[in-house]
Amino acid sequence: MGPILEVRDLQVSYYTDAGRATALAGASFSLNAGEKLGLVGESGSGKSTMALAMMRMIKPPGRIEAGQVIVDGVNLRELSEAQMLQARLNKIAYIPQGAMNSLNPVTRIEAQMADAIRAHDKQTTKKEIAARCRQALESVDLKPQVAKMYAHELSGGMKQRVCIAISILLKPKVIICDEPTSALDVVTQRQVMETIDRVKDQIGAAVILIGHDMGLMAQFVDKVAVMYAGRLMEVSTVREMFTDPKHPYAKALINSLPRLDNKGVFQGIPGLAPSLLRLPPGCPFNPRCSQAMDICRAVIPPSVTLEGGRTVACHLYADKV
Amino acid sequence: MTTVAISQPEVLRPGRFTLTLRYLRRNQSLVIGLLIVLGLAIFTIHGMLTIDPKRAYPLAVLPKQPPSPQHIFGTDFFGRDLYAAMVVGLWQTALIGIIAGALGITIGVVLGFTSAYFGGLVDSVIKGICQVLTPIPAFLIQVIIAGSIDKREVTIYTMAFIVVLLAWMHPTLVIRAQVLSMKERQFVSVAKLSGMGDIGIIFQEILPNLLPFIAAAFVGQVFASMFASFYLAVLGLGPLREPLLGNLIWAAQSQGAFFNGWWWWPITPAVAMVLILGSLALINMGLDEIANPRIRRTE
Amino acid sequence: MSLKRIVGRLVFLVLVIWAASTITFFIPRLSPRNPIRERFAELARIGGFSPQDLEAIVASYNTKFGLDKPLWQQYFDYVSSVARFDLGVSLNKYPKTVIDLIMESLPWTIVLLFVTTILSFVLGNLLGAIAAWPRAPGWLRSLATPFVLLMGVPPVLMGVLLLFFIGFRLKLLPLGSAYSTGMVPDWSSLSFILNVAKHQILPALSLILGSVGGWVLSMRGMGVTIQGEDYVLFAEHKGLSGFVIFKDYYLRNALLPQVTGLALALGTVVTSNIVVESLFGLPGLGRVLSQAIQANDFLVIYGIVLFITIAVATLMVVVELLYPLLDPRIRQE
Repeated sequence: MGPILEVRDLQVSYYTDAGRATALAGASFSLNAGEKLGLVGESGSGKSTMALAMMRMIKPPGRIEAGQVIVDGVNLRELSEAQMLQARLNKIAYIPQGAMNSLNPVTRIEAQMADAIRAHDKQTTKKEIAARCRQALESVDLKPQVAKMYAHELSGGMKQRVCIAISILLKPKVIICDEPTSALDVVTQRQVMETIDRVKDQIGAAVILIGHDMGLMAQFVDKVAVMYAGRLMEVSTVREMFTDPKHPYAKALINSLPRLDNKGVFQGIPGLAPSLLRLPPGCPFNPRCSQAMDICRAVIPPSVTLEGGRTVACHLYADKV
Repeated sequence: MTTVAISQPEVLRPGRFTLTLRYLRRNQSLVIGLLIVLGLAIFTIHGMLTIDPKRAYPLAVLPKQPPSPQHIFGTDFFGRDLYAAMVVGLWQTALIGIIAGALGITIGVVLGFTSAYFGGLVDSVIKGICQVLTPIPAFLIQVIIAGSIDKREVTIYTMAFIVVLLAWMHPTLVIRAQVLSMKERQFVSVAKLSGMGDIGIIFQEILPNLLPFIAAAFVGQVFASMFASFYLAVLGLGPLREPLLGNLIWAAQSQGAFFNGWWWWPITPAVAMVLILGSLALINMGLDEIANPRIRRTE
Repeated sequence: MSLKRIVGRLVFLVLVIWAASTITFFIPRLSPRNPIRERFAELARIGGFSPQDLEAIVASYNTKFGLDKPLWQQYFDYVSSVARFDLGVSLNKYPKTVIDLIMESLPWTIVLLFVTTILSFVLGNLLGAIAAWPRAPGWLRSLATPFVLLMGVPPVLMGVLLLFFIGFRLKLLPLGSAYSTGMVPDWSSLSFILNVAKHQILPALSLILGSVGGWVLSMRGMGVTIQGEDYVLFAEHKGLSGFVIFKDYYLRNALLPQVTGLALALGTVVTSNIVVESLFGLPGLGRVLSQAIQANDFLVIYGIVLFITIAVATLMVVVELLYPLLDPRIRQE
């Protein structure tokens, strides 16, 4: 069985007054059912853009320029507007960043679950809807009474779970969680991550976790993808990424993590992330890279696949294929 | 996107004049509003210099004449030349608006600052009074005041005074809110820490920063005052002898101008009033955009 | 909503009514005019009775209305009579009481007020919401623009312009008054009701055209904010149709502050209504008020003003107390 999600050469640009900004420059990766990918990178590196592009929710002045998003054999980019409405939540679901405010404050939770079901299946009876809501709430460890409540009556962790419950209502093949744990306390973070893990196993979906908390990622994902300036720099398994990162940016990122054995020594990455409007020629990381070569300042490095299936976009590995 | 450019290439900075022009081109409501006001001002000033103001009062000219080269806006039932009446009426309407607007905004600034800056009991009392008075339709109280004064004694200035008596609560509350938010800003804390006194902070730090806001509130207040005095006059509570625009409409309506076919009588002051109120509304929208950058961003 | 809040609002309402009655009591007494003397002096001119008689009548009326008592006693009597809904008698149409006059004219005002306020609120908010909704077709979004431009024309001026163009030039609709002269008021006859309705169109149109723009503007501003809310974005991710998102997520939430705005605008709305009524000569509160002003019928002026003030303040508090039914967040507190 092939991968359940395949992203090929996905490109997104934003057309601003100051020019065209490439927010996502040809990202490719694939995921199997049940697999979890962690998408990391600094703010503005294109993580959320990638997620929105996969949902086909890029709004003007942004535009998806090219690429394919294939979920369960269907290329989402070829669907009509109406078909894409059906595909959302049904094939691919998105749990937004800041679940705190993601629920309608003036209607009950059950209404917000029911409209989602009804949008995809007009024939469902009221009874069936109620049963499915109860089931979804149960699988995220919430009592059925929550259905009758309003968002302001729930705690932050509970709201996050309601969002998860909504996103699994139609058993999607891919679930994207955009920073699911920001603004939650540590204990709740853990519970939410465990919940995501459990529902993933129940419906056998692939999960993409977006975030910058490398520690949390290390514990919960199978693969890690590192983004920089709209590019996927490296995609590898979580073990390989933490023990033997290949891309100089990934290396710097891992090295910047605080460790127990070298307390107090904080290794940042020198320099600043470039503006998407004024990317340096060649590899966007070259001005900050300690191993930069002449070719890095001239040619954008293509993505190469190393042994074990990990991919790296760096000239250091170009000849090792 | 929070990415930061490392080095910004030096851009040629356009002059202040070009920048202003460029801004005005975007802020069209301000420009159109100002142009209309300018036109009305020229009309009034030119008129004041060339006509005999007596023609704006009863029995000066032949009554009930439709517009003609001799009387371009016609004459009314009482023998007023409507062109002269427009000139005097516009001038008087502007006078009421500006006097009442300036008084109202002054009271608002003083009370708003006192209330917000000193807080405590003073604030509670001022805020409380404003809140209790706000639901009472100011216009109706103005009706009582105007109705309690002998109509023969009402002048333009009493009108302005009546209007302002109940028009200071809104500016007070609005300016109070602005000062409160201003007080929390960093530069005020810095001034406080550096030992600046209350008066110094108010006049050197807060007031200058609120000026665009106060300007917008002033135009709003002029608008509200003209509106209120116009309504009073339409109900027949104005200085009856004066050719105030509202008075003309009231007089025309009570003489059944449309029934009798003297359409020009109510229409002339109505169009003039539409021009005044419309232009002020446009200017207010334009100033709001300057004073309130939040709107600027969302539009 | 807590009991404390309800009690708080009711206390506020009592305070407003007290403030309004205090103002209507003291302002006229600050003025040097004596309404009763003026009224009878006027009658004396017409009726021709002697100055001595006038003094006697004034004195007896002063006693009758309690004007010979000390000021604090008058004030106390006045406030307590307001509390009993006793607003005094008309000097001009004696022995009719002010309440009688109000009750006769009130139905006219209420019908016009409710119809125009609801229509302009609904129309303005709908157009404003659509104007701010990026997915609505362009022609639909631009429907709001003419109303925004009309905002500079207050209802009374709109009334004069409509009278001129539609009533005078095109002769499509009557030039004012409640029904055609010569008609006998008979609410059981259809032709009379239709005649009345025809006379109401222009006043209603003036009020609506002049006030839709305000709702459009505030709703458009609100709409821009609500669209960026996370719950609207999540609703899109859920694959809901544009219509459902518009109705349940966007409009529902954007309308809440508008309802509060409606409560705050009531004073202005009633004011415009009254002035337009008097412009068109409709037999509502507006005309009673303007007639009372012409005739120096002071108690009627004060009575109507007080009545409207109390009605507006009460409506405001009622809207505020009903608001929690719309917003579950406040219901909880």
